[in-house]
Amino acid sequence: MLGDGSLERLKREGRIVVVGASLAGLRAAETLRAEGFAGSLTLIGDEPHEPYDRPPLSKQVLLGRAAADRTALPRLRSVDATWRLGVPATGLDMAAGRVRLADDDEVPYDRLLIATGVRARAWPREAEAELDGVFVLRTRDDSAALARRLEEGPKRVLVIGAGFTGSEIASACRERGLAVTVAERGAAPLVGALGGVVGAVAAEMQREHGVDLRCGVMVTALEGDASGRVRAAHLSDGSTVETDVVIVSLGAIRNTEWLAGSGLGAGPRGIACDAGCRAFDIRGIVTDDIYAAGDVARSPHPLFGYQFLSLEHWGNAASQARIAAHNMISESTDRIPHMEVPAFWSSQFGVNIKSVGVPSLGTEVLISQGALRDHRFIGVYGYQGRVIGAVAFDQARWLPFYQELIETTAAFPPPFPTVDRCSDGQRPLDADFPDPSVPTHGPTVTLGGYSPADRRMTFTPAH
Amino acid sequence: MVRIAVDLNRCQGYAQCAFLAPEIFTMHGEEALLYAPEADEAHRAKLAQAAAACPVQAILVDAVDVPAGAVSDAR
Amino acid sequence: MTQSLLHQILDYANRANPYPIYEQLRKTPVHHDDGGPYVISTYYEIRSLLHDPRISSDARNLASTAGDPLAEPAQEEESALPPGFLRLDPPEHDRLRRMTNRPFGPPHSPHRVDGMRGELHDIVSGLVDGIGDPGRIDLVEQFSYPFPVTVICRLLGVPREDESRFHTWADTIAASLDPDPDADPTERGKGANDARMQLGMYLAGLIEERRKNPGDDMLSQLATAKGEDGSMTTMELLSTAALLLIAGHETTVNLITNGMLTLLRHPDVLQRLREDPRLAVPVVEELLRFEPPVQLVPQRTTLADIEVRGVTIPKGASLWLVLASGNRDPQRFEDPDRFDPDRPDNQHLGLGSGIHSCFGAPLARLEAQFALAELARRLENPRLLEDPPPYRQNAVLRGPRHLHISCDGIRP
Repeated sequence: MLGDGSLERLKREGRIVVVGASLAGLRAAETLRAEGFAGSLTLIGDEPHEPYDRPPLSKQVLLGRAAADRTALPRLRSVDATWRLGVPATGLDMAAGRVRLADDDEVPYDRLLIATGVRARAWPREAEAELDGVFVLRTRDDSAALARRLEEGPKRVLVIGAGFTGSEIASACRERGLAVTVAERGAAPLVGALGGVVGAVAAEMQREHGVDLRCGVMVTALEGDASGRVRAAHLSDGSTVETDVVIVSLGAIRNTEWLAGSGLGAGPRGIACDAGCRAFDIRGIVTDDIYAAGDVARSPHPLFGYQFLSLEHWGNAASQARIAAHNMISESTDRIPHMEVPAFWSSQFGVNIKSVGVPSLGTEVLISQGALRDHRFIGVYGYQGRVIGAVAFDQARWLPFYQELIETTAAFPPPFPTVDRCSDGQRPLDADFPDPSVPTHGPTVTLGGYSPADRRMTFTPAH
Repeated sequence: MVRIAVDLNRCQGYAQCAFLAPEIFTMHGEEALLYAPEADEAHRAKLAQAAAACPVQAILVDAVDVPAGAVSDAR
Repeated sequence: MTQSLLHQILDYANRANPYPIYEQLRKTPVHHDDGGPYVISTYYEIRSLLHDPRISSDARNLASTAGDPLAEPAQEEESALPPGFLRLDPPEHDRLRRMTNRPFGPPHSPHRVDGMRGELHDIVSGLVDGIGDPGRIDLVEQFSYPFPVTVICRLLGVPREDESRFHTWADTIAASLDPDPDADPTERGKGANDARMQLGMYLAGLIEERRKNPGDDMLSQLATAKGEDGSMTTMELLSTAALLLIAGHETTVNLITNGMLTLLRHPDVLQRLREDPRLAVPVVEELLRFEPPVQLVPQRTTLADIEVRGVTIPKGASLWLVLASGNRDPQRFEDPDRFDPDRPDNQHLGLGSGIHSCFGAPLARLEAQFALAELARRLENPRLLEDPPPYRQNAVLRGPRHLHISCDGIRP
């Protein structure tokens, strides 16, 4: 903005459209109002529900401690918006500044925020995916349906994929006393996000809690009975698992198809944007009126070599949304970059797992506190002689220290003793991440090169 | 009803909330927190105690009553 | 020669208002006089060190302190009780704290503290009922001391009538936490050890009794528990019980007394609290920031050379973390010297942070909330008879020895 009053006009009477009515969309809307945006605000969401919180869906809801339809996010302030819920956006006309909706309506904008997030990757064989008893878990409706089915007391639940969500589902099922088989293509649960050393602990936790964990196998087919209910799964090792509930937990797909052909730098790996959340077009030129935030965005991070980071993390969605919203209505000199250190959590089998930085970038891991065998420890990840990530199993209070090490690019292995470094912690181990060319279910952080205009990314349809 | 969310990135498991409002917050193991995403009005006072006591201020509670029409589908 | 800032903190003359000294201290976030401890006084540095695994709470990691006039009295080898978990590092600390938490809080005992609300209310109202002459009340003697002592006795299962026996030992042990430059460290250490030994013997008898006839109290449960961490040894049990008994009231007395003193100095807030007892919640949080009952943590040491704000603190150095100063750091808290219960995002250090954060925090919070709300509601037109009041010697566990107030009457 050039000090010509256009920013003031935007703030007073402009039109801001937010596509995506989940955590990022809501927090952005709240920030816009908190920072004085008085114009019209429209939130567009494909689900018919107001913004809700997803983390409880794989924990409290499956445990029967909360109802899926009672997970709406708290409102931190009034947003005074027009809500278009249950109507997905289907197209974007960048030149005209309009979002097209599934009901053929068009919504004009002066500023657009895209926070369409991700959806669960479905079981690839369509006929099998449609069998009764086959579920994915991403939305409130998914969670409600699954919780209902678990309530009926299935004979055996099969979870396909032992990433964080799959592991949390297995944990909840065990806590409910259900028989559970977990099939994981990799060598251990969580291996894509945390590597094999820590993955082995996750495997031990599953087995100690009675999960029938099968690693290094793939599910090759799901079989239904005459009435169309799933009855068995066939595995690549030739075995068969009799099951009446299958939960497909194979990661997520970014919701960018609706942007195909729009000219925006969007594809299966997300929407490329700058550190200020402004989206790139396919030419690699940054737009000034389109922003992206949350799971669907990927942006360069100074701590990680300015590589494009896309993070499927709750905290990232909340903080990036605030930054995008601020920048949308700020002079260029007042804009702020999104530089938060990535962080996430999971709780499974009674253990609190928290991580900071990007463990999956690490090549080595050192257990700096606690012990793997106690399932209580801190693992520090190193990459090229510096600390790049850390994970804590029931040791969350120390994590701020390790975050500081990451932020200050401290040396790896850490050269100091800690209050309880024991035998595990004498030397770094190979972190044992799977070959990145082999897809795994686990990672929630992915990195891509600096290539916002990558044609392949832009034009290859997802799948 | 009051809506609740906890920023579990911030949470360090001090469990103040689970001590003070066990109807809403429970510890799952030593450190992991489970919370009811919605609580009865009757628990509002305890919820306020829990939120105030959180050493890392991670508990988010409705600050405004959601206007009745605010979330209806405007199709 | 002017007194060093360290001596000024400890100087009794400054007990009523140490905050200007802290303000001086913060000009040098890592303050060090030759031979003395490294004193950390700014919010972010204190918080960061409380989460730093290179910092030990175990006195055995201290380098020799010979010739240091400020050195704490050393634990004698033949000491009756080993250190409680407050003075231990992981994994011992974590194990003992987990076991102690089992009969106290979630996940195993989620309703223990919440279930004490009715009892807390009854004790508080009984004490206010018992205030005689409203013209001259010593709030410490008549209220702030008996309340938490009664609570901790019931919680632990210690007979309330034994209070006169353990009171002196507890005071001696609490006083030994106070670094005193003028006392003979050997004498003081001996006194504290004697007190610990006698308290240990007293508790040993009690525990023996509880093992035979276990009740619902914490001592019974600690003495008979067999959890995933096993059972405590008798010595661990005695140390833990002593720690809980002392920490359970020595600090809360000050929180309540400091609280009423602060409210009487801020009649507008007192009036608001009278009208709306729910205000007690943010009032207590702000009190924990504004007048924390534990002013500083003088018991940490470095396991390696560490750098803080450009200063290298050598391995084995003694560290003082001045929580009360961090709580007044203008870099973190706007207008920090203002008592403001409406303060947003009040992440004070009043109960510490990290793995050693106050074990009894939820109980202390409830006790202070009940106490202040009840005093505000029932004392008619209360006022201070002397300001500042006389303080206890202790610079660490800082609070008034007496708080003389008067009021026009006691409401029912």
